[in-house]
Amino acid sequence: MDFGGINPVILIATLMASAVPILLAALGETVVERAGVLNLGVEGMMIIGALGGFVVAVQTGSPVLGFLGGAVAGAALSLIFALLTQVFLANQVATGLALTLFGLGVSSLGGQGYNGIKPPPTGPLLPDALADLPVVGPILFGHDWVVYFSILMTAVLWWVLKATRVGLIIRAVGESHEAAHALGYKVNRIRLACIAFGGAMAGMGGAYVSLARVPQWVDGITAGAGWIALAIVVFASWKPWRVLIGAYLFGGITVLQLNLQVAGSAIPVEYLSMAPYLITILVLVIMSAGRKGKASGAPASLGQNFHASR
Amino acid sequence: MKRRNLLATAAMGLMLASGAFAQGMDKVKACFVYVGPIGDGGWTFQHHDGAMQVKAAYGDKVEIQYQESVPEGADAERVLTQMALGGCNIIFTTSFGYMDATNAVAAKFPNVKFEHATGFKREHPNVSTYNARFYEGRAIQGHIAGKMTKTNKIGYIASFPIPEVIMGINSYYLHAKKVNPDVQLSVVWAFTWFDPAKEADSAKALIDQGVDVIAAHTDSTAPLAEAAKVEGVIGFGQASDMAAYKDGPRVTSIIDNWGPYYVKRVGALLDGTYEQIDAWEGIAGGEVLIGEITDKVPADVKAEAEAMRDAIAAGTYHPFTGPINKQDGSPWLAEGQTAPDGDLLGMNFYVEGITGEIPK
Repeated sequence: MDFGGINPVILIATLMASAVPILLAALGETVVERAGVLNLGVEGMMIIGALGGFVVAVQTGSPVLGFLGGAVAGAALSLIFALLTQVFLANQVATGLALTLFGLGVSSLGGQGYNGIKPPPTGPLLPDALADLPVVGPILFGHDWVVYFSILMTAVLWWVLKATRVGLIIRAVGESHEAAHALGYKVNRIRLACIAFGGAMAGMGGAYVSLARVPQWVDGITAGAGWIALAIVVFASWKPWRVLIGAYLFGGITVLQLNLQVAGSAIPVEYLSMAPYLITILVLVIMSAGRKGKASGAPASLGQNFHASR
Repeated sequence: MKRRNLLATAAMGLMLASGAFAQGMDKVKACFVYVGPIGDGGWTFQHHDGAMQVKAAYGDKVEIQYQESVPEGADAERVLTQMALGGCNIIFTTSFGYMDATNAVAAKFPNVKFEHATGFKREHPNVSTYNARFYEGRAIQGHIAGKMTKTNKIGYIASFPIPEVIMGINSYYLHAKKVNPDVQLSVVWAFTWFDPAKEADSAKALIDQGVDVIAAHTDSTAPLAEAAKVEGVIGFGQASDMAAYKDGPRVTSIIDNWGPYYVKRVGALLDGTYEQIDAWEGIAGGEVLIGEITDKVPADVKAEAEAMRDAIAAGTYHPFTGPINKQDGSPWLAEGQTAPDGDLLGMNFYVEGITGEIPK
């Protein structure tokens, strides 16, 4: 069952794994933006998570603790952002960009001495017998636990945002912080919690790069994945399941273009290389053109700071 | 006021430096521009290792300055200008993409020596170029690849379509084909020197399609880490020994050994014998080292590979020896003819048998 030398089963299985970092980071950012905060520091939090996760995994020998470490590192960095924007009311765009630059620099410094070390492996979760089943085996059963975790988180966030009281409060804070404040919700505290959550998710996404996808630490390892995650949140119009689709689409095209090259496709390499980005832009345009007059789905208070002066 | 002082000091420094050239110098400030982080474990790591060898060789007589992750382009020119103003006597620019920036800045600072790695432009008397004959190492890798592959599919993760990379691909393929006529080569163009995630994905794409021997022309160890996940896939250390993967997929490596060249050039500046050159050393000159061949390689293949290494070192074998045709079937080298350096440095074609096209 090959199409032009490419096995679709292996392709799907591969894209599920390669989409995990951007999926996790984009899910976290969705919650942050739903609460009305625009944190452009995703890339910085991811790379700090990649380093934090790697260091913890190497020191303890446990990849699971490594992912936790990555989440903690990402959340810790995001708290700097939270402090600046929620307490000192700094500009969110500028602070977010600064957070990325800061994260890249700190990770480069902290990563000295961790080059060339192999972290403990993160293997498949389920027994090989299941993964060896034809077609469904590699796609459904052949992954490590983080892949399942990322899908689970998509479902959980969808449910929380849509159907629970917590989700309602987060959305209220993001749509109209004045109204939420008038109802008695602590806007800045809720936003702070969301920022920390977003940081933890980005950190885990980063840890997946350094612990599972590349399994090693090198400077600049996330290589712009955080920016893609930001684009996917807009692409998904702030809805978790669409984030999943966006991440798989991007991951899928990235993997596909490499596979097409190996398979000796006649399409010039340059077009294949730009395809993931081109299609991301194209879909963004189509999505925003498709809803004339209506809002694009962005939370109404996105990017605005709140101070309880009244 | 301050700015004027700075410029005046810099100018004075330059004058002092120029006065000192003829009869050697007491102290040299050697500066290095790196394209990636020192911690890449490959290309930049090796250049920095060379810089450290200079320091070790001359101690207090040399001052080392370097800057990491300098983008190839306008930024490079700024960094170079700053280094030249900052009193560097000799500046090593360690990536192909710095070629034009190096020559442009060299025109403005005739008393500073510039050394550009892997390039071919020497527009000013103070610009030298140096390179290593990596294709010699690729020949040995190709031999091992052709012998070791079980699927008859071998892969090459290429960075940019420049002669140095194309040379490597051709040499790798020719020598695999020579020992295994059924071998097929897949080339993936990553269009990056350093992007571990993309390098890992490229390796995975190759493995997914049945490739079981992977050579990389990118700088990180990610392709080896990816190969380590699958039983039976082997790869090679690139630029650096990458010895951490010795127990795993790494069967041998090409090591860029820049140290001796750097020591020689800085030494020449110190004792006043410095001249513009176009250096292109290989295994014979010690600039290209072949890393230890591990026990994964059968003893007879290992012996053949080592014999080839020694023949290249002795000058009795040239990896591009005819008859070799170009991809379109037109003849390139006749029987027994070896490739002239000019052909190699401008190489923009695949040899016969490789499928696919070189991106333009």
